[in-house]
Amino acid sequence: MRHITCTVNGVRREADVEPRQLLVYFLRETLGLTGTNVGCDTSSCGACTVMMDGKSVKSCTVLTVQADGSEIVTIEGLARDGQLHPMQEAFRQNHALQCGYCTPGMIMAAVGLVENGQAASEEEIRVGLEGNLCRCTGYHNIVKAIQSAASTMRAPAQS
Amino acid sequence: MAQGPLPGEAAAEEGAVGTLTDTDVEMGRYVGSRMLRKEDGPLLAGRGSYVDNLALPGMVWVSIVRSPLAHARINRVDTSAALEVPGVVAAYSGADLASEWAAGLPCAWPVAPETKIPDHWPVAKDKARMVGDPVAVVVADTRAHAVDGAEAVDVDYEPLQPVTSIEQALADGAAVIHEEFGNNICFQDLKIASGDVDKVFAEAPVVVKQRYYHPRLIPNAMEPRGVLAQPMPVTGEMTMWSSTQIPHILRTLLALTLGIPESKFRVIAPDVGGGFGSKLDVYAEEAICLAVARKLGVPVKWIEERSENYLATLHGRDVIQDMEVAATQEGKLLGVRAKVLCDMGAYCQLVAPGIQVLGATLFSGVYQAEAASFECTAVFTNRTPTDAYRGAGRPEATYAIERIMDALARRVGKDPAEVRELNFIPPFSEPTANVFGAMYDSGNYKAGLDKALELADYQSLRREQAERRQRGDTKQLGIGLSTYIEACGSAPSRGFGSVNFGAGGWEAATIRCLPTGKVVVVTGTSPHGQGHETSWSQIVADALGVKFEDVEVLHGDTAISPQGLDTYGSRSLAAGGVAIQKAAEKIIAKARKIAAHELEVAEEDVEFADGALRVRGAPDKSRTVADVAFSAFLAHNIPDGMEPGMEESAVFDPVNNTFPSGAHVAVVEVDTQTGLVDLIRYVAVDDCGNIVNPMIAQGMVHGGLAQGIAEGLYEEATYDEHGNLTSGNMGAYRVPSAAELPSFETDHVVTPSTSNPGGWKGVGEAGTIGSPPAVVNAVVDALAPMGIDNIGMPVSPERVWRAIQAAQQGSGATTTGQGGQA
Repeated sequence: MRHITCTVNGVRREADVEPRQLLVYFLRETLGLTGTNVGCDTSSCGACTVMMDGKSVKSCTVLTVQADGSEIVTIEGLARDGQLHPMQEAFRQNHALQCGYCTPGMIMAAVGLVENGQAASEEEIRVGLEGNLCRCTGYHNIVKAIQSAASTMRAPAQS
Repeated sequence: MAQGPLPGEAAAEEGAVGTLTDTDVEMGRYVGSRMLRKEDGPLLAGRGSYVDNLALPGMVWVSIVRSPLAHARINRVDTSAALEVPGVVAAYSGADLASEWAAGLPCAWPVAPETKIPDHWPVAKDKARMVGDPVAVVVADTRAHAVDGAEAVDVDYEPLQPVTSIEQALADGAAVIHEEFGNNICFQDLKIASGDVDKVFAEAPVVVKQRYYHPRLIPNAMEPRGVLAQPMPVTGEMTMWSSTQIPHILRTLLALTLGIPESKFRVIAPDVGGGFGSKLDVYAEEAICLAVARKLGVPVKWIEERSENYLATLHGRDVIQDMEVAATQEGKLLGVRAKVLCDMGAYCQLVAPGIQVLGATLFSGVYQAEAASFECTAVFTNRTPTDAYRGAGRPEATYAIERIMDALARRVGKDPAEVRELNFIPPFSEPTANVFGAMYDSGNYKAGLDKALELADYQSLRREQAERRQRGDTKQLGIGLSTYIEACGSAPSRGFGSVNFGAGGWEAATIRCLPTGKVVVVTGTSPHGQGHETSWSQIVADALGVKFEDVEVLHGDTAISPQGLDTYGSRSLAAGGVAIQKAAEKIIAKARKIAAHELEVAEEDVEFADGALRVRGAPDKSRTVADVAFSAFLAHNIPDGMEPGMEESAVFDPVNNTFPSGAHVAVVEVDTQTGLVDLIRYVAVDDCGNIVNPMIAQGMVHGGLAQGIAEGLYEEATYDEHGNLTSGNMGAYRVPSAAELPSFETDHVVTPSTSNPGGWKGVGEAGTIGSPPAVVNAVVDALAPMGIDNIGMPVSPERVWRAIQAAQQGSGATTTGQGGQA
């Protein structure tokens, strides 16, 4: 077992973990943050995407021990003060989810794209989303939602 | 129900965004409006209740040992080493669990009288018949320990010759998968025909014949399957959470497999992460978890891994079609003849034998003809079983007729749109028979095609195509049409009886008006992404004059919704939605009686108008449904002899299927040097009858299109000669991402269905059915000047490149696809 310390959704967490444990199972089973889903075993689907130190990562491809010292944000940590994050709200307004299983990972990946300035055009969004699979929506409304959220997120915050 | 122009329709099609709430929607007009989904809140917040998110005290984990060989005798299963692994609490071979089964896993559709249904035990006992067949079960305290234990099980296999294709299954001297049958045939030459087909073909001036192959497809619901079984040893009750489309059907059929009294068995489908037919089945792992929970007396959980899903969850399609049409020189269709070979895989899953029959009478599509026949043979192979995958039989029929209509157009030298128009069944609003005798409910196929061609700007596309051809561009333009039709709604019950289907087509609903004005709707449908909570709320809010927010829809739990036939085959609205409407009509009938009593007028003087029960001629004298529901709760002053309370149930048994249709246009660029196909536009005009929520209907079309386009261009499950799945994970099997697909251009025409009072047809599968022939027709259209007449699915760059090479060398210009070499 290895001792690790990290911050998850703003809360400091410490745990002794098996070296082979994947980050996604640390989040889901140790911390009970089941919003992050597991959809494959080959890092193909992106359902498990979370933000780690400001970058979107597939948490099935990170060992928990690699997250020692990092700051992690999961879908549960995105809303602020009872208000959905603009990306969550845009998904709702644009019907960008059906079964909802890919949604947490898709939203985290989308937030990563916008925050890193990689959502300037439909083409850029589509290429940027290549690592996140959805089987329900055909991506049409997901792309629209991200375009919409991108403009909201870029707009100067209202005081 | 009042049906006018659909509010929100135009906005939805243009993709406008807006938050509709109660205040925006005139009372009584929720149906047809773009209501945002009730389901979304928890799903967006990461608070979904998928099976893997559930845990119970004392829960143990199951891992399944699966055969690595496609066909092998099981000589010995040694679980002793597994029992030494830390955390392992039990390990079982197939023989160890044999006494747990009161029956094998069920097949409910022996479609032909002589259909052979093999024994299918949840854990194989003496023979493994596919890679992935369960051969042992290990139970441990954690997920990881269960996997560690499974790796320690030692199985002695004696390899047998595998059967890995349809052709091999039928070949002389093939190994026999189920020895008791003597060969690998499940059923043979099942025939549905109308008219003198042979005569029509013999006399027709034009006959076009092509062979098509539908690749094996892996459904890939984003949530793999999962099961949690909780025994109540004292009472003998059992509860099972399963990622399933069919909790009601599971309760009945697994009760039979396990010998559990159905009355003590509760099945819950919590949030389910997509299905597409792959969760429309009774699975070994469900039976295994129930058996282990019963043996050990503790909760048992199993969660499928994705690579496991590729082996253990049903596949779709894998069908070879010899399709022929007979026609006049002008391209007027005279006859249709389809001969179909399909693969059951290693066993018969729940409805597998009947899948091709679901499309049998649609091989003539939206066209008139004089005679038609469909003939089908089904075989066993040592591969994962096939069953209902989104569209189920209808994509197959649609592909065959829509591909061959293009081939016919080329043969007679006409535009494919012109040949289609020449053959359309004329517009109709009353049930009309096609050549097979299927009674189409309503349709206007020309209106759909006209709209699609206009949206696509078809003439401009043809001009651009001509210019590129003229210039000899490397990237040639292809335009593909598909004017599809499908049959939805799984009806009627008697019709199902006539084809040996083990269930009816009805659906049930209950509406309960609570004393506080809230309304509970209990549905027998079991959504897994379709948004029933939203659409059903819209129907009930209109029907009872209550607020959308005041309606709560309950589903997916057999203890809450005791009657139902669940969600598949685009049946939920056309059967379940109507049941809800019928239950609402009963509520209104009772409410009228109470209102009349309270307002001291005759019952016939009370009408339900503008969301309330009003006295005719004095509409200000009124009661709301909530008012009279409270009166019915108090029961202080209700009519003599009336039962207190306001709860009504209804079961709707549709008289006929519904027949959604549509016209799709695919536009592709084909790189003639590399074979790369780029889908640059996709136009879809669909007719799903009246629409409850245009946003949801459009979303269904989008998702269906992506899956159908994927069948046409990307996806194919492949096996090697040993029966190993060589596309065995998401890296190797090409589920398309956003990067491979365009935005879609959608619209619709509306011809209300005559099969139900709502005029609803269903929309869940339409996109998947209409799109494969459109994209493949587009690729063939681009390459037709080279003499290329057919390319197999999926139309990969390699397949296109080879077809071009063959055409340039003049050595025949047709590739059919993996399983269908002519």
